[in-house]
Amino acid sequence: MQVTSPVRAPLVLKKEENGQKRATTYHDITEDICRQVEAPPTNPRWLLAMLLSLAALGWGGYTLYRTWWFGLGEWGLNKTIGWAWDITNFVWWVGIGHAGTLISAILLLFRQKWRTSINRAAEAMTIFAVLCAGSFILMHMGRAWMAYWALPLPNTYGSLWVNFNSPLVWDVFAISTYLTVSVVFWYIGLIPDLATIRERAIARGDKIRAFVYGILSFGWDGSAKTWARYEEVALILAGLSTPLVLSVHTIVSMDFATSLIPGWHTTIFPPYFVAGAIFSGFAMVLTLMLITRHVFKLQAYITLEHIESMNKVIVLTGSIVGIAYLTEFFIAWYSGVEYESYAFINRAFGPYWWAYAAMMSCNVLSPQFFWFRSLRRNIYVTFILSIVVNIGMWFERFVIIVTSLHRDYLPSSWAMFYPTWVDLGDYIFTFGLFFTLFFLFAKFLPVINMAEVKAVLKSTSQTTLEKVQARSAESVASDTHQGDDK
Amino acid sequence: MAGDKHIALSDLSQEKNFEFTPKLRKQLMTAIVVGAALLIVGIILWTQGIGLGGEHHGGGHAPEGHGAGGGGDEGGHGAFHWTKRLYAVLWHDSVFFTGIALVGVFFVAFNYLALSGWPTIIKRVPETFGKFLPITGVILLAVFALGGHDLFHWTHHELFDPTSPKYDKIIAGKEGYLNTPFFVIRTVLYFVLWYVLYVLLRKMSLKEDEVNDFYAYTKNPVFHKKSGIYAAIFIVIFAITTSTAAWDWVMSIDAHWFSTMFGWYTFASWFVTGLAAMALYVVVLKDHGYFKYVNENHIHDLGKFIFAFSIFWTYIWFAQFLLIYYANIPEETVYFLHRMEDFKFLFFFNIIINFAFPFLFLMPRAAKRKTLLVKIAAVGVIFGHWLDFYMMIMPGTVGKHSGIGLVEIGMVILFIAGFIWVTAAALAKANIIPKNHPMIEESLHHNI
Repeated sequence: MQVTSPVRAPLVLKKEENGQKRATTYHDITEDICRQVEAPPTNPRWLLAMLLSLAALGWGGYTLYRTWWFGLGEWGLNKTIGWAWDITNFVWWVGIGHAGTLISAILLLFRQKWRTSINRAAEAMTIFAVLCAGSFILMHMGRAWMAYWALPLPNTYGSLWVNFNSPLVWDVFAISTYLTVSVVFWYIGLIPDLATIRERAIARGDKIRAFVYGILSFGWDGSAKTWARYEEVALILAGLSTPLVLSVHTIVSMDFATSLIPGWHTTIFPPYFVAGAIFSGFAMVLTLMLITRHVFKLQAYITLEHIESMNKVIVLTGSIVGIAYLTEFFIAWYSGVEYESYAFINRAFGPYWWAYAAMMSCNVLSPQFFWFRSLRRNIYVTFILSIVVNIGMWFERFVIIVTSLHRDYLPSSWAMFYPTWVDLGDYIFTFGLFFTLFFLFAKFLPVINMAEVKAVLKSTSQTTLEKVQARSAESVASDTHQGDDK
Repeated sequence: MAGDKHIALSDLSQEKNFEFTPKLRKQLMTAIVVGAALLIVGIILWTQGIGLGGEHHGGGHAPEGHGAGGGGDEGGHGAFHWTKRLYAVLWHDSVFFTGIALVGVFFVAFNYLALSGWPTIIKRVPETFGKFLPITGVILLAVFALGGHDLFHWTHHELFDPTSPKYDKIIAGKEGYLNTPFFVIRTVLYFVLWYVLYVLLRKMSLKEDEVNDFYAYTKNPVFHKKSGIYAAIFIVIFAITTSTAAWDWVMSIDAHWFSTMFGWYTFASWFVTGLAAMALYVVVLKDHGYFKYVNENHIHDLGKFIFAFSIFWTYIWFAQFLLIYYANIPEETVYFLHRMEDFKFLFFFNIIINFAFPFLFLMPRAAKRKTLLVKIAAVGVIFGHWLDFYMMIMPGTVGKHSGIGLVEIGMVILFIAGFIWVTAAALAKANIIPKNHPMIEESLHHNI
């Protein structure tokens, strides 16, 4: 039996109808979430958003063409800094792509019921972010059509074989596995909801939707056995993806940490990168969900409690990242290694001090506001900080990558990195890709997992909690007595 | 199945509170006598030069110039004296048990912040762990006062004196952090901060028990809210001090060596040990007829915690090892080289007992739900991490003169008996179940 503590906050609020509040029903959930899926794709706001995203994609497509046609000389790289903008953006996007699977897998294992309202969109966001990250790898390859060479395929080119000692090859495996499992996880979660949409389309006689969603729902029949399998698969996938969430950013951190470059070779990198990834991923989920919640009027399902919980994760992971920064700084001094000490002093006070200052203030200081409950539950503060955090996390990668490279061992080779307009365009390309995919998702698929919200409705709704909170010693005693009489 | 039936809060009166029985006292006294006897016999043998070895670990591959590392004969202190090993043994156990005690407080604290309901019913067990902190604190300070020079190479003044032939430029560079007064201040500060917050958390928890009307209380659970605030303060302090304490007490033994991961590595080892200790405690109490309402779902969750954080420890271990191995910088690899060559068996056994064993053993669902199996896993993990700390502390202090002999066994028996004594006495002083905790009903009906 499900028991809910009276001190918990409701996760599904009452519905307001004609100025009166009433309990949210299962049917309300279906209606509220299917509404935008079933509406024709003619909403002007949605069309405008799509147009802007496609414009970004188009402009980025042009710079991408220049990147591939003219080569990497179009970028701001130089002999000293041979790795800057592309890898910064790659790591940034991969990091953002951490929240979805964390929410759906780790929070599922931790039985966090608040995940049910946000997991769907977060997982979708994850997949799109990983695709954006991957596009930087393809950009950097120069010859994107040779991308399969990154796989250990038997070939007739003599000694052409991947270097298994390279963390970049580990990345190929880690990220492709992560992407695969995330897609499977996301899609399996979608199936029951797609079947709901199919059934509703059949009932309305909407043949096209019935056909499309019928194929997409893989013949889901909603029998008890099917549901049992669904739950089993979700648990197995959660078990599989939990180590994957950790492994992806661990391996990304090893792209740097296995090297000998001062500022990169430090053992704390793996867990601290993972914390930073979760940090930025949650921030991106908040940015997107706050807008989605407003546009689709989902305030009853994505409550302040959900927002507060995500903000708690942000203050936790932001502080972990902060401790890691300070640890690195301390050990750089403590180690007595002069190169290491220099790398850190140069980060903070060298020519890129402003990037370092941006990273410290956005990542370490700004999340500390979330120690206060009123700020955690303030939508405007949350929205602004969620963007600030991702600016900070971008600067973190920029600081780590560029400041460590721009001071060569030979002072005559010291250099600075400035992005070109093609660099910027390639970055805009990924934004275009990300938002195009996200808006398509938000229009044609249910943004909230209806089936799972329904599963927690009884135990976490406002109506249930009001009942629990209204109990008194006397009412409970008389209830128990009645129970005895039966 | 347990958990399906409705349990009213009034049923909690049937729960038997813990009693620190004379029988238990007698058993603990026996353990203390046996431990002390082993210790004394071991020391007598040491004074005769028996068991101080060097013979187990072959050639003694102490890296030269590596501070206090290795054989312990360096530094011009002449022949190896048994007191040095005694201090190291005391240090090892104190650091290890400090971790268990501290993790108990940490567990209580983070569950307030995470709003988790299920562990409420067993909360009183970790809540007593903090009581052991002052004891290990005093031992650590006493050992540092008496044997600081034996354990910590950096405490020698001549290393910091540029005119001395023993001047060590690298260690001298760390003087701002590694100096005796600051070290002592830090250690005192850790224990004071931890203990004060522990006492506050405990006080709130006990005050909550005195509330008469649960339903009226949950409308404004003041003690619960205050506990949340203390828990948040504790977590912040804990997050910083576990790293710094690990640098102070463990990493600075190998004074030249450094690793940014080390603080989190020590935390990971402490944490999983503390979780295993809690699980073991709960299961043993249940076997003795306490905790009527603790069902296999609670045990399952404790088992999952041990399973998950054994993997977490392995992750941290592996990340630290791999990065040092891969970069292959002599200043860093020396730490592992010393351990892999002179402590070969323990080095690899560490991975087997702390990763392979809990990973494979606790993988099946049933293994996490059967009290006997959880007991086996917990004992294995606690022992494994005791060895892990042994591997962190011994190579750099006593090196080839280390070993697990009568003194080590006697000492750990004394610590275990002392720990049980202190925590059992605390457990007997309050209800075994925090009956007015606002989450108690969720915990009573825990069913997964």
